[in-house]
Amino acid sequence: MSKRDTIKRRIKTSMSYKVFQGFNTIFLILLMIVTVYPMVHVVMASFSEGIALTSHKGLLLWPAGNPTLDAFKAVFTNPNILKGYRNTMFVLIVGISLQIFMTSLGAYVLSRKKFALKNPIMFFITFTMFFQGGIIPFYLLIKDLNLINNLFSLILPFVVSAYNLIIMRTSFAAIPDSLEESAKLDGASHFAIYARIVMPLSKAVIAVMLLYYGVGIWNGWFWASVFLRNRSLFPLQLVLREILISNDVSSMTQGTSGADVAVIAESIKFATIVVATVPILSIYPFLQRYFAKGVMIGAIKG
Amino acid sequence: MNVSANKKGTTLIQKVKEEWKRNKELYIMILPVVIYFFIFMYIPMYGAAIAFKQFSPAKGILGSDWVGFTHFFRFFDGIYFVRVLKNTLVISVYSLIFGFPAPIILALLLNEVRVKWFKNLVQTVTYLPHFISLVVIIGLLKEFTISTGLVNDVFAFFGMDRFPLLQKPEAFRPLYIISEIWQTVGWNSIIYLAALSGIDEQLYEAARMDGANRWKQTLHITLPSIASTIIILFILRMGSLFTVGFEKIILMYNPSTYEVSDVISSYVYRSGLLDMNYSYSTAVGLFNSVMNFILLVVANKLSKRISKTSLW
Repeated sequence: MSKRDTIKRRIKTSMSYKVFQGFNTIFLILLMIVTVYPMVHVVMASFSEGIALTSHKGLLLWPAGNPTLDAFKAVFTNPNILKGYRNTMFVLIVGISLQIFMTSLGAYVLSRKKFALKNPIMFFITFTMFFQGGIIPFYLLIKDLNLINNLFSLILPFVVSAYNLIIMRTSFAAIPDSLEESAKLDGASHFAIYARIVMPLSKAVIAVMLLYYGVGIWNGWFWASVFLRNRSLFPLQLVLREILISNDVSSMTQGTSGADVAVIAESIKFATIVVATVPILSIYPFLQRYFAKGVMIGAIKG
Repeated sequence: MNVSANKKGTTLIQKVKEEWKRNKELYIMILPVVIYFFIFMYIPMYGAAIAFKQFSPAKGILGSDWVGFTHFFRFFDGIYFVRVLKNTLVISVYSLIFGFPAPIILALLLNEVRVKWFKNLVQTVTYLPHFISLVVIIGLLKEFTISTGLVNDVFAFFGMDRFPLLQKPEAFRPLYIISEIWQTVGWNSIIYLAALSGIDEQLYEAARMDGANRWKQTLHITLPSIASTIIILFILRMGSLFTVGFEKIILMYNPSTYEVSDVISSYVYRSGLLDMNYSYSTAVGLFNSVMNFILLVVANKLSKRISKTSLW
C-alpha cells in the first residue's frame, strides 16, 4: 500500500466516524427529548386552566389557556394531600435514620477482618437476597406483630436492605486498617472507631444510602396499601394513586369549593404529580457523582 | 484418645472465650442487625410452611392442619397455571430481549461522545425517570394513552381510531416494556459506563498503531472489556426469568387485560391479599421462589464453566 493510499484511508475512516458522531449526537438529543417531554407536559399541564387542558390536543409545550396557579392552590388546601405529605415525612425521617444507623452498624462489623462469625453472618444476610418467604407469610407476620394500621409497619420491616449493606460494607472495607490499629493502640473501642473514624470518613457512601433509602420510602406505596386501612395514615403515593390511577375525583378535589371542581379537576392531577416528584428530582443531581461507585459495588458483589 | 478429645474441647471453648473477649463489642453491634433479618426475613420463610397446610388464622401457623402438596396440585390443575406462567415468561423474555441490550447500547454511544458537558447532560437527563415513582409513571401512561390523550392524538392524525390503550390486551405488553425501558435505560447504563471508564487507554493506542479503526476498536477492545459485567448482569437476569414484579403490573392492569397481563406475582397478590386464600397463594409464591432459586444456581454454574465469571 502506498503512502497516499494510507492517508486516503485514514481520511475516509475519519469521515465515516464524523458521520457516526453526527448521528450519535442527534440520537442522544432525541433520547433526551423523549425522556424530558413527559415531565415538561406535566409541568405545563399543572399551570394550565382545567377546561382548556381538557380540550387541548397534541403536544403541550406551554400552559393551555392562561397560565394559572389555581391547581396548586387546590393541592395545597387539599387535606388528603397535606396529610399524605405529613405521613410520608414522618416515615422518611424516622425510617431513614434507623436505616442508616442499622445498615452502617452491620456494615462496620462485617467489614472487620478479625471477626470469627463474619462469613456465616454474611451468608445469613446474602441468602435473603435470593430466597424469600413470600408476600403472604410477610403480611401474616406484620399482622401478628400488631403493626397493621400503624405507620411503623412501613419502617421496622425495612430497616436494613441486604443490597445496601453490601455496598456500605465494601466501602468501609476500603478504609485503611492502619487507622483502626492506631486508634486501638490509643485505647479506642469499636464503638468509638465506628462513630469517630469510619462514619466521618464515609460521607460519600452515606449520601448514596440516603438517596437509595430515601427514594424507596418516598416512592413506596405497595406495602402501605396492604398494611394501612385508616385513610388518615396514607402516605403521599397512596393518595396519588387514588387521584391518578383510580381517578377518584372526591379525594382529588376535597377542600375545593363546588363550582371550581370541574374547572380545575384535570390540572390538579398534574399539580399533584409536580408537588410529589419535585423534591426528589431536585436532590439527586447533587449526588450524581457518587452513583457510579455505589451501583458498581452493589451489582458485582450482590 | 480421650485425653486429646478433651484437650481439643477445652481449646475450642477457650477459643470462643477469647473471641468473645476480643470482639464483644462487635457481637453487640451486629446483634440488632441479625435480629432484624431473623424476624423479617427468616420468620416469613418458616411461615411459608402454610403452603403445605390448611391455614386458618384462629389456629395459627403451627396449629393448622397439614395437607401436603394439595395447594400445589390445585394450582397446577387450575386454569390460571398456564396463563400466569405464560404471561410471566413472555413479559420477562420481551424485557430481556429489548430491555437488556438497551443500556449497553446507550453506554457504548455515550462512550463515543467526546464533549464532556454533553455527555454529562445526557446522563443527568436519562437518570431522571429512575427517581419518579411507579404510581406517577403509570398515572402518566394512563393520561397519555386514554382516548383523548397524546398517543391517540397522534393515531387520529394518521387517520386511525381512538382507543384507550390500557384497555387493549394487545397493547399491554408493548406499553409495559416501552415504559420500563424509558424508566431504566439511563440508570442501568451507569454500571456499563463505570466498566468502560476502567479500560486502559493504552489498549486503544496500540490498536490504532496496528491500523484498527473505531469499529474494530469497539469490537476487539471495548466489548471484551465489559464482557464480564454483561455476563454477571445477564446471569442475574436469567435468575429472575420467572419474576415479573407485581407492583407495576397491578398498577397497570385491569380485568379487560388480565388474559395477557396477569403474572404469577400479581396472581399471588390477588388470590392471597385480596381474596385471602392464604395457603393457596403462598403455595403459588413458593413454587415461584423455588423455581427462581434453581434457575439462578443453574445460570451461575453455566457461567462459571463457560466464562469463569460467577456470583459466588
